[in-house]
Amino acid sequence: MEFIDYYKILEINKSASQDEIKKAYRKLARKYHPDLNPNNQEAEKKFKEINEANEVFSHPENRKKYDQYGKDWKHSEAFEAAKKQQGQSQRSYQQQGQTNEYSGNFSDFFESMFGGGGSQSGQLKFRGQDINATVNLKLTEVYKTQKQTLNINGKKIRLTFPAGLENGQIIKIAGHGTPGINGGPNGDLYITFSIENDTQFKRDGNNLHANADLDLYTALLGGEVLIKTFDGKAKLKIAPETQSGLTVKLKGKGFSVYKKEGQFGDLIITYQIKLPTSLSDEEKEMFSKLKKLRTHEQV
Amino acid sequence: MNKSNLVHIEIVCKHCKVNDVFIQSLHELGHVELIIENNDCYIEKEQLKKLESMIYFHTELNINIEGIDAIAHLLSKIETLQNELLLTKNKLELYQNE
Repeated sequence: MEFIDYYKILEINKSASQDEIKKAYRKLARKYHPDLNPNNQEAEKKFKEINEANEVFSHPENRKKYDQYGKDWKHSEAFEAAKKQQGQSQRSYQQQGQTNEYSGNFSDFFESMFGGGGSQSGQLKFRGQDINATVNLKLTEVYKTQKQTLNINGKKIRLTFPAGLENGQIIKIAGHGTPGINGGPNGDLYITFSIENDTQFKRDGNNLHANADLDLYTALLGGEVLIKTFDGKAKLKIAPETQSGLTVKLKGKGFSVYKKEGQFGDLIITYQIKLPTSLSDEEKEMFSKLKKLRTHEQV
Repeated sequence: MNKSNLVHIEIVCKHCKVNDVFIQSLHELGHVELIIENNDCYIEKEQLKKLESMIYFHTELNINIEGIDAIAHLLSKIETLQNELLLTKNKLELYQNE
């Protein structure tokens, strides 16, 4: 069990007054509050420590107890007695069926001293722990809005995942973390989406990229080509003398725009000309003639 | 108007122990939307979380209304930048996998 120096956390000395504690807490909370540091787990961890320290020190009785045992609390006889007392209070929590719900919300040290985050007076309120989960989806699954049931800590939660989610995107489901303590609010659930591309398309935000192969003759003389879009097929007109690497944009045939139902990005097609192989003697002869003709024209 | 989605501002003030002038100021700065009906002022339930967060900044962290305004603008910028970073990372991966 690691000893946590709450004075160090709050950057105050042992003689700090209640007013100084409050000031120190405010100063650090302004720096590390999760709402002021979105998606920053380091700040969240730090804020939890600051909050924990403040909760202890804002109750003079708790602070006195903390001061009394200090770093050597482990070897203190008095502490052992207190631990017994604390054990009793923990048992009473268990009778209410809550203890297992919030283990790990606070440091082991805090739990040992005050019993699972609750003070002896049972008046401290704590926010439940946040839960981080990763959901693996295929790109084809993210194309349309879908509902999924997740099993979070044995609890089934039905969620709607909007179409157009990005790989690595994090969404917050408020209040679906572990329950709060002593009437404190529940933690939040953070879902990180890991999206695997199971298609031939390359996704760049709302736009999709793909290659379309053209045979030499269609590229030279023009024609039509059938290409795959994300949800079907499209026929493209090929202009004569189309060059390899030329791109065309198909408006609205790209990927779903996040939280904008019915809106889609573009599909960008790059033409790749495939040259014929295994030429017959006759074909070789014809190409030689074409070559001569072109060389002659250029001269 | 469907009032089931609205909360009277007096209830919010009482619950959060905050002055209605403070909420009015947030409204004037464009951070919360208030709905006035028959001289009664309401806020949509959806906006309560955002409002509570701002009230917390004010009451617990001692940040004044100008500070909250600056924070809200900076948070909005952070959100935009985080989204851009995510898109750029995914774009980079696209080219790395080529």
